[in-house]
Amino acid sequence: MLETRRRLAGVLLAGLVGLLCGCASAPPPVMIPGEGMVSGAEVMATPSPINVYDPIEPLNRAIYQFNAVFDDYVFLPVVDAYEFVTPDFVEERVSDFFSNLLEIPTFANSLLQLKGERAGRAVTRFVVNTMFTLGFYDLAGARGIEPMPEDFGQTLGHWGVGNGPFLMIPVLGPSNLRDGTGILVDLASYYFIFPNEVTDTLAYKAGVYVLYPIDRRRNIPFRYYQTGSPFEYELVRLLYTQRRKFEIAN
Amino acid sequence: MRPTASLLLLVSAIMLRPAFAEAVDPYGYPFVDPLEATVLGTPPPYRAELPEEVPSRVRQLLIHPRRPIPEIFWYTSRFEYSVAAQPGRAPLVFVIPGTGADYNAVKTLIMQRILYKAGLHVVSLSSPIHPNFIVSASSTSVPGLIQVDAEDLYRVMQLAYRQIGDRLDVSRFYLTGYSLGATQAAFVAKMDDERGVFDFDKVLLINPPFNLYNSARILDDLFDNHIRSEADFNALFESMMTALAGAFQQTDAATIDEDLLYQVYRTNPPDDATLEALIGLAFRFVEANLTFSADVMSDAGLLVPRGVNLSITDSLTPYLRVGLRTRFEDYATRVLYPFYRTQNPGVSFEDMIRASSLQAIGDYLANSQKIGLMHNEDDITMAEGEIDYLEYLFGDRARIYPKGGHVGNLDYRDNVAYIIEFFGS
Repeated sequence: MLETRRRLAGVLLAGLVGLLCGCASAPPPVMIPGEGMVSGAEVMATPSPINVYDPIEPLNRAIYQFNAVFDDYVFLPVVDAYEFVTPDFVEERVSDFFSNLLEIPTFANSLLQLKGERAGRAVTRFVVNTMFTLGFYDLAGARGIEPMPEDFGQTLGHWGVGNGPFLMIPVLGPSNLRDGTGILVDLASYYFIFPNEVTDTLAYKAGVYVLYPIDRRRNIPFRYYQTGSPFEYELVRLLYTQRRKFEIAN
Repeated sequence: MRPTASLLLLVSAIMLRPAFAEAVDPYGYPFVDPLEATVLGTPPPYRAELPEEVPSRVRQLLIHPRRPIPEIFWYTSRFEYSVAAQPGRAPLVFVIPGTGADYNAVKTLIMQRILYKAGLHVVSLSSPIHPNFIVSASSTSVPGLIQVDAEDLYRVMQLAYRQIGDRLDVSRFYLTGYSLGATQAAFVAKMDDERGVFDFDKVLLINPPFNLYNSARILDDLFDNHIRSEADFNALFESMMTALAGAFQQTDAATIDEDLLYQVYRTNPPDDATLEALIGLAFRFVEANLTFSADVMSDAGLLVPRGVNLSITDSLTPYLRVGLRTRFEDYATRVLYPFYRTQNPGVSFEDMIRASSLQAIGDYLANSQKIGLMHNEDDITMAEGEIDYLEYLFGDRARIYPKGGHVGNLDYRDNVAYIIEFFGS
């Protein structure tokens, strides 16, 4: 295990160095059964949905492995501990609370995409849930007003901004330049909405940077390497890209 | 019942009309088209009632401690399997999953729930052609020769039992497998009869392919008959995604799950050509995992040129793309056969194929009273005449259903009842 970690540290470093000198992204050579050896670039030259624009792939792959190890040794144990000490009822209240706060960027991004019905839905959900339960219970959802989340990445996509390079973000996972920018903008928007007296508190920071990630991880069933496929990175990259396409189109 | 489930019931009822009209067929599994059955399995209203989740633990074994593990397989150096233990004394059953599946695959989990309900300790392994098995457990790293794969499975079973046996109260041993796992189970059963380690009391083979190579050829053809070029592949992918996006847009669904897939199917039923291409594609992906993993482990030079050491920052995408175009025959002729010949000088390619067929142990299967067979008349992986031959071999130990495709009816009520009856009595 120690060896694994040391190897990973080395690999992360290798990925970084590769990125800095920009020389590590040529794919290795490939045998085509019955035809002989060709360069990886030649195989990739014809269009395919499996090709996703990924100019910093070596670094992204290194981060993917880092995320897998981080998940195993830090993230999931913390989530397990959280689930162990917290009653299910409380966990669900926490999830509902964060979902309710997400209605704020959903509202803003619905407006930015001129989606009036969605903006109205976000307001309704936020007002109903906040007034009656302080956001700790999704009363609106229970009455059939389901969430329709919109984020800034979707807004950019809606107005024609392309994916940009694929990004594997440490801890968070798959993204791309457009959606990564979106995450930062949505996160920053809370600092405009809430007064400094709120955002400067330890409770706010602990909530956003500790409890929220734990809650989010708890709600994602994905486990690294459970596909068993050596091409899991390709699968994750492809499915992420397709899913975002759907989310932007709808 | 969820609204999607009741919709499905309605849809299935409409689809069922021809079967009702005949009124002579008491077997109520809904899909008449074996391709639909293979892709869609058993719709919720037709499923047997099974425990939602079974208390199980994942265990790991280090089988080849001195084997060097290539960097890109750093995460899978230990063999993984799962154990679902009964509280008291009970028989223990080993489950060998289908082609490329592991203990956690959908169908393996269905098996686990059925067998747990039947009152057995359930030990679920992974298929010898799953990358985890290839890297951590296979003695040769080039699976596909059933005799050798069965040997590897038999060793894994013994090591697993050594690891967990102390904590289980085991009365006797059973064995089962579905799809390719069933074919392998037949060979393991014969091996155990000769060596007597477990002395299996009952063995149930569920939808075994008769001949691994014939079945692989059938599935490869499903793909190649429809996907003749990369442009065809891209078009298939696009149409799948368009169908999925359409369904995604019409519902409030925030995630892509089974319900959504049924819905896609309902709103946009694919024709048989698309179904065939999809089954072929799923098989091709499993094949790509197999050929690439075996190739890296054995440095056979099939997809990765000999001597190339892949690092974890290297792109594997070109190998996936070429892997999806590679047939099982390519692997068999370029990797398996050369290997087989070094071990068995003078054998022909055809000899090798025959040795991986149930026919090779036909006498044993015809005479071994403890082995049962559950199969489907319309299983798409069977070549002409193979089902009839199995029926002849097994006689009254064969339970052949008229419908179900390839393992599509595994959790249909009648099938589950039969499995439970087979092991429970």
